[in-house]
Amino acid sequence: MWIYEKKLEYPIRVSYTNPRLAKEIITQYGGPDGELAASLRYLTQRYTMPIPQAKAVLTDIGTEELAHMEVVAALVYNLIKNATVEEIKAAGLDDYYADHDKALYFVNAAGAPWVASYIQSKGDPVADLHEDMAAEQKARSTYEYLIRLSDDPDVTDALRFLREREVVHFQRFGETLNLVHEWMDSKKVF
Amino acid sequence: MDQRRRELLRIMELEFAAIDLNLFLDTHPDELRALADYNAVAQELMRAKTAYESRYGPILNYGQSMSQETWRWVEEPWPWEITFNR
Ligand SMILES: [Fe+2]
Repeated sequence: MWIYEKKLEYPIRVSYTNPRLAKEIITQYGGPDGELAASLRYLTQRYTMPIPQAKAVLTDIGTEELAHMEVVAALVYNLIKNATVEEIKAAGLDDYYADHDKALYFVNAAGAPWVASYIQSKGDPVADLHEDMAAEQKARSTYEYLIRLSDDPDVTDALRFLREREVVHFQRFGETLNLVHEWMDSKKVF
Repeated sequence: MDQRRRELLRIMELEFAAIDLNLFLDTHPDELRALADYNAVAQELMRAKTAYESRYGPILNYGQSMSQETWRWVEEPWPWEITFNR
């Protein structure tokens, strides 16, 4: 099961209302390489992992991604909470506003809703862990694009933290893949 | 920065160290130095959370923390309502 911790994983700062930046960052909430996709991918792949370390890694990184989803949501929430309808229109967020007001919803930067086909759960640990490593690289790229787009150094600080975590996750998945290969080789011997 | 944010920041720092060590240990369960670091961080984190909770109410739900006198879990601010602006 899961319990909730009444705190964010990382302290966020938002300098000013910025619906344009919110519209871009929301892709890490509900986009193809976003935190919801990451979390659900790992948490559903873990059941068919063959070795205990892989079950632990997928459970723990899947859980950390939920915390990242919350950090991204907190950024978006604070970037738009004081925005006027005029500011929302000027930022191109009016399409989103028509359906959701300022509520958080799982969409990419262009407004397309989250779909389960963003992720796969293959039952083959080698295939799944390769997908996970690729997912971490794609998330890292997205954070780099967002950092380039960001005109708020305080928001950029949180984006840098999230980017760095993708690098660490990639490393841990690579080690997990090696452990799975070792396990497969050891099975061949006996 | 106010006292509450300072304490939260300390909890975030300690818990981040715990998260990072936890993931490292998942793929290196025999690394005893990392394990010792993890246990030291966990102990300090528990202390920091207990002190914070005595002032601001439970930080964990579902029986993981106690609430003194009244049910303080429902109190605002929630995490997304706390920014650390300078
Ligand atoms: Fe990640």
